Amino acid sequence: MSDTQRSGAGAASGSELISLDAAELARRIHAREVSSVDVTRAHLERIEAVDGPAESGVHAFLHLDAEGALAAAEAADRAIADGAPASPLAGVPVALKDNLTTTDMPTTAASRILEGWRPPYDATVVARLRAAGLVPLGKTNLDEFAMGSSTENSAFGPSRNPWDLTRIPGGSGGGSSSAVAAGESPLALGSDTGGSIRQPGAVTGTVGVKPTYGTVSRYGLIAFSSSLDQIGPCARSVLDAALLHEVIGGQDANDQTSVSAPLPPVVEAAQAGARGDLSGVRIGIVTEFSGEGYQPGVLGAFTDAVRTLGELGAEVVEVSCPSFTYALPAYYLIAPSEASSNLARFDAMRYGLRVGDDGEHAADEVMSLTREAGFGAEVKRRIMIGTHALSAGSYDALYGKAQKARTLIVRDFTAAFETCDVLISPTTPTTAFPIGERADDPLAMYLADLCTIPSNLAGNAALSVPCGLSADDGLPVGLQIMAPALADDRAYRVAAAYEVARGPGAGPRIPELRALETTR
Amino acid sequence: MTATIDAAPYTVEEVCERFDPVMGLEVHVELNTATKMFCGCANAFGAEPNTNICPVCLGLPGSLPRLNGTAVESAIKIGLALNCQVRERSGFARKNYFYPDMPKNFQISQYEDPIVFDGYLDVPLDDGTTWRVEIERAHMEEDTGKSLHIGGATGRIHGADHSLLDYNRAGVPLIEIVTKPIVGAGVRAPEVARAYVTALRDVLRGLGVSDVRMDQGSMRCDANVSLKPKDTEAFGTRTETKNVNSLRSVERAVRYEMGRHAGVLLSGGTVTQETRHFDEQSGTTSAGRPKETFADYRFFPEPDLPPLEPSRDWVETLRAGLPERPWERRARIQTDWGLSDEELRDLVNADALDLVADTVDAGAPPEAARSWWVSYLAQQANTAGVTLPELAITPAQVARVVALVADGTLTNKLARQVVDGVLAGEGEPDEVVTGRGLAVVSDESALTAAVDEALAAQPDIAEKIRAGKTKAAGAIVGAVMKATRGQADAARVQELVLERCR
Repeated sequence: MSDTQRSGAGAASGSELISLDAAELARRIHAREVSSVDVTRAHLERIEAVDGPAESGVHAFLHLDAEGALAAAEAADRAIADGAPASPLAGVPVALKDNLTTTDMPTTAASRILEGWRPPYDATVVARLRAAGLVPLGKTNLDEFAMGSSTENSAFGPSRNPWDLTRIPGGSGGGSSSAVAAGESPLALGSDTGGSIRQPGAVTGTVGVKPTYGTVSRYGLIAFSSSLDQIGPCARSVLDAALLHEVIGGQDANDQTSVSAPLPPVVEAAQAGARGDLSGVRIGIVTEFSGEGYQPGVLGAFTDAVRTLGELGAEVVEVSCPSFTYALPAYYLIAPSEASSNLARFDAMRYGLRVGDDGEHAADEVMSLTREAGFGAEVKRRIMIGTHALSAGSYDALYGKAQKARTLIVRDFTAAFETCDVLISPTTPTTAFPIGERADDPLAMYLADLCTIPSNLAGNAALSVPCGLSADDGLPVGLQIMAPALADDRAYRVAAAYEVARGPGAGPRIPELRALETTR
Repeated sequence: MTATIDAAPYTVEEVCERFDPVMGLEVHVELNTATKMFCGCANAFGAEPNTNICPVCLGLPGSLPRLNGTAVESAIKIGLALNCQVRERSGFARKNYFYPDMPKNFQISQYEDPIVFDGYLDVPLDDGTTWRVEIERAHMEEDTGKSLHIGGATGRIHGADHSLLDYNRAGVPLIEIVTKPIVGAGVRAPEVARAYVTALRDVLRGLGVSDVRMDQGSMRCDANVSLKPKDTEAFGTRTETKNVNSLRSVERAVRYEMGRHAGVLLSGGTVTQETRHFDEQSGTTSAGRPKETFADYRFFPEPDLPPLEPSRDWVETLRAGLPERPWERRARIQTDWGLSDEELRDLVNADALDLVADTVDAGAPPEAARSWWVSYLAQQANTAGVTLPELAITPAQVARVVALVADGTLTNKLARQVVDGVLAGEGEPDEVVTGRGLAVVSDESALTAAVDEALAAQPDIAEKIRAGKTKAAGAIVGAVMKATRGQADAARVQELVLERCR
């Protein structure tokens, strides 16, 4: 496309395009006020400007496919010109967490062991995005195999929080959250095993949703913990998240844990919520998620949010979920147990890294050398924990007990949802912490997922919506809204109402990249 | 290796003077579903390596299993045919261990809750009595791929230069059928083992759920054997013998292990719990590579598959649709056809029962059908070195030959030539008759002319016949049969000879 076409009447500047919500971009693209190619190019330019270098930029992307993105954008523009856009989001760019398989881009899960691997198949969610005419820009960074809360466990270096490039963007999906927060992409997909969509959303001031387990196909998601993993949307607004949610959701024959129930009407709920009325809605504050270990600024922002919800007409009560205190230890037995089995396939025999294949080493030695070189410390730690938890002498006391705790957590949710429509808590106890601060302290790192893990163990829906800035450090805080399984729409409704009431002033959506600019 | 060194030191009879043998038999059966257990790849034997594969059966990152409903149906049918309970809620588990030909490095199997359990099979023994083998469980699992070790003398992994992996078999549905301990069979233990596997094969063949070919590995048997002193209750240490690839080998492997265990025990030693390999040539077993580490499979519930809850209606529909059990069918056939016990057993042992039954179903009288399969066709199979079912002739074709004999188109001798033609690939029986020109000469005038010619050629014999010595007619009949190259109906010729000499 020539420059004359690009600068035609009504065209927006690149910096305006990267600040728009996906819904507004889609409206303009479908009204042919701007082309998908222009929107795509604006985002590619933004990535070019702020993502690198890997050592100091945002570093949200592990792989960029500018050519493929522009080709997809052109195809979307043609379909729109023919009056047949594939979906309401056709032509809108999207970033993909690099643990989702893609035929046209490498898929590494941020691990050396899969460096350069090109899957022969697309994940179901990727296929659905393509069919809906969205424009995949590239693959985003994550903690290796989604194990972590900061992206510091990525084999390819951490991503950085656009609000402060010395701080973590959350994890494991810090690439997706920072890409969305920095205006590199209006939308992204993440995967949430213990909070990997919600916690990055909270610390980057973006929206992150973990849908009900089984409502979005996991086919093509490189498994970390199969009974907990759930793919979900990352966006800058609740409505955008809902629009993306509807594109990727729904039953898939390739995932037998996907449910046949119809997808909850999340877009409708987001639109209804935006009218700002929560009268008749009963909201429960989980009392276990406050107090010691919670940053005062986070609790302050949360308290403000509770007041706002009350002003919207909701009845806010306190509920106790005593078993939630078991969630973290239970999670750190169940998730590593499943991971130890899921990651056993990385043995250098069929794909990925192979070390020591020199004719001198036997197959099992090649496997050991490859895993030694190809897996990072956190991955090895979890494989060892999980292998131990499942072993004959420990199974009942560790894995078995953790499953019992899981049952208790499900019961607490069931009881709480008998009296409340949704439950709320801070998404994570603190704001974004400095890179390196918890890197050598796994237990401190694990605490970042304290509030998000129960919903993974129970399989219900939960999201994080920005709720202002912490008074003590000026960084974003997230409000977590949890809803019963298959009632994702309730969380969307409450989040959308809160989002409107909160209004602007929660800080710039595309924060200035201060640290980056000062280094230039 | 010589027989004296390898022979077990004690005969079964000697063993059983001091010990009671205890057996446990584990039979793996590959199901003959069109597709694999957890993906849509073809379940086919003998394809080019790595052609029936996809992301799922290769266990590629991100792939998920998708359960084959037909495999579940087959598992339930097998359970019902073995008088098992069908579990209302069962599930899959992961069995974790490393092996290069196992793509995910775990096998999806069933652990604490197999789909069917607690059954029995009444096994017919050689003397016509029945032995009840109790079934512990039957569960579903996926097969592994195959490793091919290249270089080195043995084809085994040690000494090989490199290994090739073929994943065509990875994900093929398997059913493992496990017996409860078989106690009290005494000297008959080897026979009971063989008879059980035979009966199981017949049941599975009758269900049509598997090819049950031990030679191709679609049915594999592991034989656990231990001995307990006659006056004790506790079982002895067992060994598990693998690589038992024929029905006869099942019997031989059990017999050998009984003798070997007795030898160890009576010389004051202890039996080592281990896996042993059966050697078809010598009929002996040898210790497998000792396991360096304790195998902990770290079973846990497979999170990628929902629980299995077959509806009662479905189970009852499958139960109602079960075919007649082979032993019931045999009893019915024996009555219908009026066979002696011995005749029936010969048919079963020769693998001929189904063939004869199918031939009868195709219209042949039971006696004629039986006679063809157990005599002439059995000889042909023997000569060709194949089993009876492998012969290149179908029951329908045999029935057609029988019909051609019955309507006088063929004599028995001609019929054998037609069968030879079918076996040689010359087509259907009628095509062979035409192709080889084998039909009986039934043209009366041609036959009469041949008779007259033979009488004229041997006037002295003709005279004897005319004098009433009808026995002499045989020589003339022989001459006529010779002249017609056997294509005449000898009985009719006899009649004509007598007629012309009247």
